[in-house]
Order: sequence, then C-alpha cells, then structure tokens
Amino acid sequence: MFSTYDAPVYPYVQSAEQATGQPARHKVVVIGAGPVGLTAALDLAARGVPVVVVDDNNTVSVGSRAVCYAKRPLEIWDRLGVADRMIAKGVEWKLGKVFFGDRQVYQFDLLPEGGHKCPAFINLQQYYLEDYMVEAAAKNPLIDIRWKHKLLSLRQEADHAMLTVETPDGVFVTEADWVIACDGANSDTRRMVGAEFTGQFFQDRFLIADIVMKADFPTERWFWFDPPFHRNQSALLHKQSDNVWRLDFQLGWDADPEVEKREENIIPRVKAMLPGVEFELEWASVYQFACRRIDQFRHGRVIFAGDAAHQVSPFGARGANTGVQDIDNLSWKLAAVLAGDADKALIDSYHDERAFAADDNILNSTRSTDFITPKNAASKRFRNAVLDLAERASFARPLVNSGRLSTPTPYVQSTLNTPDAGIWHSKMTPGTVCSDAPVMVAGQPGWFLRQIGKSFTLLDFGTQAEAVSVGGTTAKVLRVGEDLEDTERLLVKRYDAQPGTVYLIRPDQHVAARWRSFNPVEVQAALARALAKG
Amino acid sequence: MTLILKPNIPDPDGFYQDLTDTQRDLDEASASDMNARLVLILANHIGDRKILAEALALAAL
Repeated sequence: MFSTYDAPVYPYVQSAEQATGQPARHKVVVIGAGPVGLTAALDLAARGVPVVVVDDNNTVSVGSRAVCYAKRPLEIWDRLGVADRMIAKGVEWKLGKVFFGDRQVYQFDLLPEGGHKCPAFINLQQYYLEDYMVEAAAKNPLIDIRWKHKLLSLRQEADHAMLTVETPDGVFVTEADWVIACDGANSDTRRMVGAEFTGQFFQDRFLIADIVMKADFPTERWFWFDPPFHRNQSALLHKQSDNVWRLDFQLGWDADPEVEKREENIIPRVKAMLPGVEFELEWASVYQFACRRIDQFRHGRVIFAGDAAHQVSPFGARGANTGVQDIDNLSWKLAAVLAGDADKALIDSYHDERAFAADDNILNSTRSTDFITPKNAASKRFRNAVLDLAERASFARPLVNSGRLSTPTPYVQSTLNTPDAGIWHSKMTPGTVCSDAPVMVAGQPGWFLRQIGKSFTLLDFGTQAEAVSVGGTTAKVLRVGEDLEDTERLLVKRYDAQPGTVYLIRPDQHVAARWRSFNPVEVQAALARALAKG
Repeated sequence: MTLILKPNIPDPDGFYQDLTDTQRDLDEASASDMNARLVLILANHIGDRKILAEALALAAL
C-alpha cells in the first residue's frame, strides 16, 4: 500500500507547561490538525493571534480522503500563502462524463470563467494538502502544533475552557480563552460539550478505493449509473495526483463493510470497471453517508468548524471545502474579539452565517444523494427517465445530479450586511464573496484578491474615499487607478463600478456594503454593522 | 399565468387515443417508464415553477 507517498512522522515534543506542571493560558487552542484545523492555525496566525494545535496523531491523513478542492478554498489558502504548491501538485479537470448502463448519456465542461487566479477545481490527495500546511505552520512562530496530544475532557469556565490532555508523558491540564473544535464528524469535543448533532442517515454504503494506474486515462470525471460492471449501483472514476485514481462503488445497504474492505473483494470490482488495466491498490474505505449539523456552532468557549459542525455526503466535495470556509469566516471575527475590537455578538454571527451555509450544503448534498440513491421505485423511475432523456435532449441534462460542485453560499440574510440602495448590475451583493480579477500592482501583474483580506478594505473606484474607523478597526482605502490598475477592466465589469463607486469589504473578502459615492457617515455605520455593533 | 384547468386540447378524443395508443402494447413497467419521461418532457415545456407546483398539487389529489 502507498507506493506513491511516504507519510511524514512528526515528532512528539513535551510542552513546557506539561514539563513544569504550570498550566498556560492560550488565546486559542485548535483541536485537530486536519485541513480545517491547519487552516485555522494559519489564518489566526496571519491575523496575529498565537495558536496551539493539538492532534492525537503524529502524521497526515491516511488515504486520500478529501480529494476535490474548489476555487474558494484555494483562494483562502492563497491568502494564507499555501495555494501555489497545492495547485502545482494538484490535477485540474474540466470535463465530466455521465454514463447510464453501457452508454455515455452526456458530457459536461466546467468552462471556468477566465480572469481568476485559482482554478475552478483541483483534485489532490488530502495528505499532500496537510503536508504543505504543516510545513507552512512550522515556519510560523505564532503556531505551535502539538502531536500525540489527545483531548480527554473539557470544562467550561466563564471566560475560558480547561482542557485535560493526554500525551506519551501522561496527562496535563491547559487553558484556552477559546477552543476551535476541528476534530471531524466523530468529534469527541462535541460530545464533551453535550451538543446535539442531528440529521439524516442514508441507508446506503459506498466503497472508495485509490488505485495507481499506469494506463494513460484522460483527466476527466466519469460517473456511471447502473453500469454493466456494477449492476443497479453507481460508480465513479476521478484522477488525483501521481497517477492515483479515486474509484467509488455504491454498495447498497446490505453490504458488509468489513467484507467489502478486503483487498480480495476490491480487486475484482476494479478489474470489472477497468478491464485489462494494470493497477495497484493503495487505500480503501467503506462509508455510510449522513447529513447532520450541530445545533449551535458555539457552545460557551468552544467553537465548532468543519465536519465537527456539519457532515455532508461526499457528492459535490462539500466537506473540506465548506470547513475551510468556516475558518475564513471565523478567524477575523475571533481575532477582532481577542483584540477587544468587537464583542461576542460578532462570534455569534459566525453561527448565523455558517449554519446558513451548512444548511445550503446539506440541502445540495441530500438532493445529490437522493438522485444517486433513489428512495423508492417511483423516484428511481424518474431518475432513469432523466438519464434516458439526457442522451437525446439537452433539457434533461441539468436534472442529472451526480453531485453539484461546491460553490460558496452567499450570506444574503446576514445582519452584518448593509442592504443595497440603488440599482446594481453585478452579483457582488452584500454577503457575497469577492470575485477575483487580474490587476497590475506597482507595475507588476497580480491578482485582486491578494490585495485584500488583511483588514477591512474600502475599494474605491473614485478619488474621495478616506480610511474609516470604528473603535480599533480601520477600513483602509484601496484605490483603483492608484493602488492597483484594473488593466483588463474586469474589476469595473464584475463590480458594476462607476466613477465614485465604493465597496466595503470584510477581512474574509466578502462584500459588507457598497455605494455609488463615498459618504463617511454611511461607511462608518456599515463598518459598525459588519462588526456586529450595528 | 396560472395552471389552465379549462379544456385546452383541440380534438380531445383524438389526443386521448394517441395517448393510449402509444402504450397499448407496453407492459406496466414500460408504460410507467414512458409516463415518467412524458412528465419530464411536459414539465420542461411548461417551465414555470408556480404552474408546475399547482399541477403537482392537483395531481396529488
């Protein structure tokens, strides 16, 4: 197994606080060094907040696990300086093919819009992603990752949490102003705070297997409904890095996970799917799907993110992708609260915005699962009718749902938004993530999103805007034509800008408000509102 | 627009014959499959979600 990747083993180091028996009070302790926890560490550190990460293991993920990363998480990782390696190592794909029985019923091209730094999607094994983030974290003096540290119990106090942690040296207690639980769908932390985690379990099982294939297959996503090699079930083939391919086999509810996981049972399935192809099996796992969400994203001093807060079926790659966006939303808020620039109401807007996004993801994921695993004979009949018609008539193709690819959920209902006044012809409504665009900065080609995201920004398409402050928070002016050049006129187009147009942009690169002209009183009110002081 | 519930098909007997003729030689499963395709084709032609919702409610009785 794993002929293509040697997992690093990270050293266990005893902490000073355990050695001395003197508990330290940390600003933030992150539970779990997966993609979400590592992103939390990098994002908080980028905002000047020191972070301790504890993980009960001492290496990266075993097996590829999450393999499909969407544009928005890549943009977040680009803000944190780790996306270039991921994009270079990852596999970009655009073409998807859908088969029904023994025939291809249609194919689709993602046709990503030009003028964005990050691709629509890359496929990359989760271990590479974690590996790169651990390397970046190791270079950051504000980040302290503690391997072989297992959280045993947690007690909430009025203004902090007491954590009992076990290491190879025994058990010790540490304290945190805030805890971010990124310990996955089976989160122990969630149990420790007694949070509800409810939703729907799907009566179905799937086998996922990574194989190394020497054959030169095209870099495409192939999805089969009811293929001859796997009757009455679905199957998926998708390329990752290093000639590793992800295969999914729907198994049905009666399948025995332990039996299906055995190599001698997997090999014939792969051979039937890919006749005559030489391959090696790298990793396999059997899943049951569930769509569940935590009741509240914050319980006292413990904040939940990623799968610990919401679990979705994997169709559409919504797990890690939305988890990273949780952190994007949370980090600047937590940093503002820790700096004394906002109060807890801002952290509670994290629940409002991200629970809304989680519900949207769960809805999309449930719809995909219902299409792939019809709940009764009538649903299956409609599903098959859609697939039969998709071959002959384009109208049926948008109804085929083998997973809707993850896109950000705009926070359209957020109380942090200042509603639009006037008429706008652009999608950049308050609550929406900013669109990227190529720009020139100091005579060098660059990207718009790299110019924002450290603080609040006033994007000024005129000459009048001035920095505006609320308490210790300042929205700095970024003037088009001065601080950056909109050489391809894509900023003007994507933001429906006219001379004098001003956007107030949050540190997580979401639009908070926009106006046709600069008015410091209005901007200040919008900034206060975006800090939950409105 | 609302769902048309008044007679709207010219030559109703002729249409009804066409409908049943296409399924005369089909077994139950094949006829149901065809009905499912027909629903989708007609639903797309209508397109209007409000009208479709009215039709779904009426069909559910």
